[in-house]
Amino acid sequence: MEAYQVLQGPEGYLPPAAAMHGITLGETGQALIEGRLVKKEEAVGHIAKKLLEATTPTFFPGPLLLWKTTSYALERGKLIREIAAEVNAKVIPMPDYRPKYPMINPEVEINPNHPNLTIWFNKIDVGVFIGVHCHQANLALKIIRGGTGCYTVALCAEEGHEEANTSLRETDNDTLRELLAAIKDLRKKGA
Amino acid sequence: MSAKNLKEVSTEYMLFKAEREEQFMTGSEAVREAIRRSNIDMSIVYPITPQSESSHLVGDLYAEGYVKEYLRGENEFAVMSEVAGGAMAGIRMFTATCGPGTLRAFENFPMWSGARLPIVIAFMTRAINAPLSIQPDNIEMSMLLDTGMIMLHAENAQEFYDMLLMSFSVAERTSVHIPVGVFVDGFFVTHTRQKVKVVIEDVKLQGYDPAMSPTPTIDMETPPFRYMKDPFVMKSNYVSYAAHASWQQECMASIERARPYIKALMGDFIERENPGAPIQIVASGTAVSQSRAAIKMAESEGIEVGLVKIKSIRPFPAEEVKKALATAQKIIVPEFNRVGWLAREVASVIPNNDRMVKGPRVFGGMTMPPDVIVKAIKGDTRCGV
Repeated sequence: MEAYQVLQGPEGYLPPAAAMHGITLGETGQALIEGRLVKKEEAVGHIAKKLLEATTPTFFPGPLLLWKTTSYALERGKLIREIAAEVNAKVIPMPDYRPKYPMINPEVEINPNHPNLTIWFNKIDVGVFIGVHCHQANLALKIIRGGTGCYTVALCAEEGHEEANTSLRETDNDTLRELLAAIKDLRKKGA
Repeated sequence: MSAKNLKEVSTEYMLFKAEREEQFMTGSEAVREAIRRSNIDMSIVYPITPQSESSHLVGDLYAEGYVKEYLRGENEFAVMSEVAGGAMAGIRMFTATCGPGTLRAFENFPMWSGARLPIVIAFMTRAINAPLSIQPDNIEMSMLLDTGMIMLHAENAQEFYDMLLMSFSVAERTSVHIPVGVFVDGFFVTHTRQKVKVVIEDVKLQGYDPAMSPTPTIDMETPPFRYMKDPFVMKSNYVSYAAHASWQQECMASIERARPYIKALMGDFIERENPGAPIQIVASGTAVSQSRAAIKMAESEGIEVGLVKIKSIRPFPAEEVKKALATAQKIIVPEFNRVGWLAREVASVIPNNDRMVKGPRVFGGMTMPPDVIVKAIKGDTRCGV
């Protein structure tokens, strides 16, 4: 049987959980590209390239970033805005996880219960999750992979996400600076 | 010494480096010794035989200052609901139950998993009514197989002690963060005295950090909690059905993610004896001990028999079991329950099921004399099946 790959969607009706098909999160210093364990540096370069190639790249900051007021979190927010500006990306927040009545406004927010609505409405081709609690992030990532053509990236502060097309783990602010530097470097090279 | 004065250490230190002393104790007392070192914030329990003694002893630990809070609930459903509340608030919880108590509490177990609560619970299994029986039987394990919790099955008091100590670390990993049930066959382990090597250093496990939770914890001081834990209402078109389906998948994935962490602390998921033997016994819990005695009896008659001991039921070591039984000509699965849940699990992962003897099985409090297993080795497939 062929090894499962976590490829850009739409994968179809209710894709499997990647962890059930042998995709593992790896260890510190590793990252995931489409289910393959790679070195973190390779994944950072890959994310930079994906963001630069995208037509409608979008960052989805979650509650762990939006509601934090520590100096570290504020710095993190500034870095995200800087990266977003560098690749001309939108920022659409995921402020909470509750079901929205009667429905979300896909123009201004994304929600883990219907993440595909925001992707479709804004025609997002690369979406980056940061600061979303891991459980809700995995729900949203899998639904997006199942029903949309959006390439997903997870910048996770913990152990990473098999459900994302590309995932970093233990993403600290230094890693965000590495991503920003990689984007600038690629741009200099004509990307 | 009060818990607050104990030095915090890693689970690896506690399991592999801390000074130990061999003591003679019951399985219930082994629970007390494990919880003494586990830095528990709160334990809520309700008495039910044969679990009662262990929970009583955890109460003693509260009196001694090793457990910060200790309550008796009104019944098992209340207890497991209250335990959920504590875990949602971000504190380390421990509880225990068995048999009819497990069933009375049952709705809570898949809820624990769905809410990603890292609760550690000891099940000291007992027969299910009716007729009422205060006797050993592990049929409740078959009912818990798909509740989304990790399930470890200890053979003896030493394993019970070590598995409890390691479970907090596994349950509380961000990528796992689901309940861990540590099971023993009630009475056989809880009410017999065995030699158990317990930690005697003045140490306790590092505390739980709720900031690592994959879901928001209850914290009314930090916005916007009140928005976060609104009921996940599965109605109409406000929530995609795919969200609920993906939620369930995520819980199952969490069990899979636990594999490397369990292995690092427990060792291999299976243990083997006589791996080349044409006849293999597959067992878990105290059926392993009875199987070891049966293997010696068979050997004395010139029959070569091997053993595959399974320590983790969820996640189930499918590949390990398949590989271990690849060349077996006959496979015996002795169990302390009527339904043969372990035989079903084994049958689901190996080819050529006609090699299997799905027994012997005893239940309702019956013991399993080793000669019953020897009979199965020799071809009697009827005991309890």
